[in-house]
Amino acid sequence: MLSSSARRGAAVLLGVAVLTTLSACGAAPDQQNAGSTGDAKKGVQPGAAASLADFGDLKGLVAAAEKEGRLNVIALPADWANYGEILKAFQAKYPKIQINSENPDAASADEIAAVKSRKGQKRAPDVLDLGIAFARSGAGENLFAPYKVTAWDKIPAGQKDADGRWYNDYGGYISIGCDAARVPNCPKTFADLLKPEYKGKVALNGNPTKSGSAFGGVYAAALANKGSFGDIQPGIDFFGQLKKNGNFIPVESTPATVEKGETPISIDWDYLNAGYADQFKGKGVDWKVAVPTDGVYAQYYSQAINKDAPNPAAARLWMEFLYSAEGQNLWLKGYARPVLLPVMTQDGSADKAAVEKLPKVQGTPSFPASAELDKAKATLAEKWDKALS
Amino acid sequence: MSASSTTPHQGTAGGARRRRRGPRTWLATLPLLVFTGLCFGIPLGAIAFGAVTTTDPARGTTALTGEHLARSLQGPYLDSLVGSVRLSALTALLGGVLGVLIAQAVVTSRSTALRSATLTASGVLANFGGVPLAFAFIATAGISGVVTRLADLGGLGWNLYSFTGLSVVYLYFLTPLMVLVIAPALDGLRPQWREAAENSGATGRQFWRHVGLPVLAPSLLGGFVLLFGTAFAAHATAAALVGGSVPLVTLKIADALAGNVLTGQENVALALGLDMILIAGLVMAVYLPLQRRSARWLR
Repeated sequence: MLSSSARRGAAVLLGVAVLTTLSACGAAPDQQNAGSTGDAKKGVQPGAAASLADFGDLKGLVAAAEKEGRLNVIALPADWANYGEILKAFQAKYPKIQINSENPDAASADEIAAVKSRKGQKRAPDVLDLGIAFARSGAGENLFAPYKVTAWDKIPAGQKDADGRWYNDYGGYISIGCDAARVPNCPKTFADLLKPEYKGKVALNGNPTKSGSAFGGVYAAALANKGSFGDIQPGIDFFGQLKKNGNFIPVESTPATVEKGETPISIDWDYLNAGYADQFKGKGVDWKVAVPTDGVYAQYYSQAINKDAPNPAAARLWMEFLYSAEGQNLWLKGYARPVLLPVMTQDGSADKAAVEKLPKVQGTPSFPASAELDKAKATLAEKWDKALS
Repeated sequence: MSASSTTPHQGTAGGARRRRRGPRTWLATLPLLVFTGLCFGIPLGAIAFGAVTTTDPARGTTALTGEHLARSLQGPYLDSLVGSVRLSALTALLGGVLGVLIAQAVVTSRSTALRSATLTASGVLANFGGVPLAFAFIATAGISGVVTRLADLGGLGWNLYSFTGLSVVYLYFLTPLMVLVIAPALDGLRPQWREAAENSGATGRQFWRHVGLPVLAPSLLGGFVLLFGTAFAAHATAAALVGGSVPLVTLKIADALAGNVLTGQENVALALGLDMILIAGLVMAVYLPLQRRSARWLR
C-alpha cells in the first residue's frame, strides 16, 4: 500500500519534472525571437512577453489583460503596506478584470507551494509578493517569467534580478514601536532595550525562524552589536541576554496584544509599526515609532510573475500598475518605502505628505548577499531555540 | 476475512454467529477501508516519499536520500522532538490524574445537576484550544494580565511564556477531555463489586488496588494515549504563546513548511512528520495489547 502509493507519487513527480524541463526549453526560443525580430511583436504570446513593447503599448497590454478578464493574487493582506487600497485602485481602474485574492495571510513558502502544486490550473496565482530569499530560490527553480516593467531602469541594480525574474517592490526598516502611555521613556536603540526598566515588555512579531520581520529584528540587533551581514550570532546572543534579564517575552506581538498592553514594545517593520499608530489612535495606546540608530536594517519584498500564470497579460498589467507612480505612492501611503522612492523624490512624483510621515532614517540601506543571507538563516535555525530556552 | 473458521458442529447460536461473520459481510467495511486508504494512506505515502527523497531544483531529478531523516534527528530538530514528548507526557499524566479525580467525584456524587453541568462544561472546554485559548491566558495570566497583577503572580516567579506556563494552558483543555473519556468507564464500575469486596472484608484501598484499577486500566491507558496525542499534535496555542522559546516539533514543522525565512526545508518538515507518526505509533503499540488484555471486564 505504502510502497505502491510512494511509487505513484514518484511517477507524478517525475512527470512534473519532465514537463518543467520541456516547457523551459519551449519558452526560451520564443523570447529570443521576440527580442531579435522586433517587427513580429504582435505574434508574441502574453506569457512570453518580456516588456511592455511586446504588447505594442499600454493600450495593447490593457486590451490583452481585459480579454483574460481575471487576475489571481495570493498573500496580499488588506492591512499590510496598504494592499487593501492598492487592490481597490486596480479594480477601479480596470473594472473588466476580476481580482481573485486568495489566502491573504499566506507566507512566502505557501505562495511557492501554490505555484508548484497548481501548475497548469486556472486558479494558480498569477503574481507573487515574496520574501527576498524565496524570490531568489524561486528564480533558481525556474518558476518565474522574466518581465521588465517600464520603470525597470530606475530600480537600483542591487534590488533586481538581472534577467527580470524578480525585483524589489517595497520595504522598510526594522523599528521599535512603543506604547508611550505605558512606557515612560521609549527606547530608541537596541542598547536601550537591555535596561531593567523594560522588564517583560519587549516582543518580536513572531518567531524569527518563521517570520520575516522577526528575522530582520535579529539581523538588526546583530548589526547593533558588532555583528555583520555574514555574522548574525551577536543578534541571537542579544536576544538571549534580553530573555535572561527578563525583558524579552516570546509572545508574538499582534495589534491585539499591543492594545491589551502585553507587548508594549514591539520590534517590527517601520511600515507596520507606523500603521499601528494610526490604528491605535483613540484606543488609549500612544504608539511611537523609532528606527534604532545602532542597528539599521532594511529589507524589501519582491514581485515576480508565475511562469505558468493562467492570466499572463493581467499579471503584467498588475506589475506595470505597481511600478507606476500611482502604485508606488499607494505603498508609500501605507508607510512602506517603495523601491522607486529615491528616483521619485528627485523628480517630484512622490507624495510629499506621505514621505513626511515616514519614520526618519539616516543614510542609505545596504543589503546582504545571497550567501550571507543563507549563512545567517542557517545559524539562526541552529542556535535560536538554544539561546532562548 | 478469515474469521469464518468457526467449526460447523456448533449449535444454532454458533451457526447464527457464523452467518453474521460470513464471507460477504466484510464488504460492508469496504467504504471505511477505501476512506482510510485515501485519507490516511495517500498523505502518509506522500510524507514518507518526501522524507526520503530529494529533488534537484535545476535538473528536476529525484533521488533517494537519508539526509532529511538524519537532520530531523539532530540539533534543534531533535530538541524539539524531545521537548514535545516531554511536554505531552507530563501534561497527559497530570491531566489524566486530575481528570480521573474530578470524574470520580462527579460520578459518585448524588447531584445529577452537578454531573450534567460538569460533563457539559468538559465538552465545551475540551474543544477550547488554539489562538483564542492562548489569548485568553495572555489576558488573564500574561505578564500584564488581570490575575497576574491582582495576585502578584510575577513576584512569585510565574511566567506564562515558559514550559510550566504552557503545561498549565494545555491542562486547561486536556483535563476536561479526560473527564469526558473516563466518566463512562467509572460508571461501568458496578457498585455490586464494591459491595462484594466490602462484604469480604476488603478496605477501600484494597478494592481499588485489586479490583477498581485493574478493571479501569485499559480506559485509563486509553485516556492517557488520547491526551498524549492531543498535546503532541497541538500547534496553534503554543505558536501564539511561546514562539520558539519552548522547542516543540509542531512549531518546527510550521517554520520549515510555511515560513517567510527558511527556504528548501520542506523535506525536513516531512521527515519530522514521519518521526511524529512513528512516536504516535510506538505509544499505540504499548497501549493496544494492554487494552485487549483487560477490556473484557467492562462489557
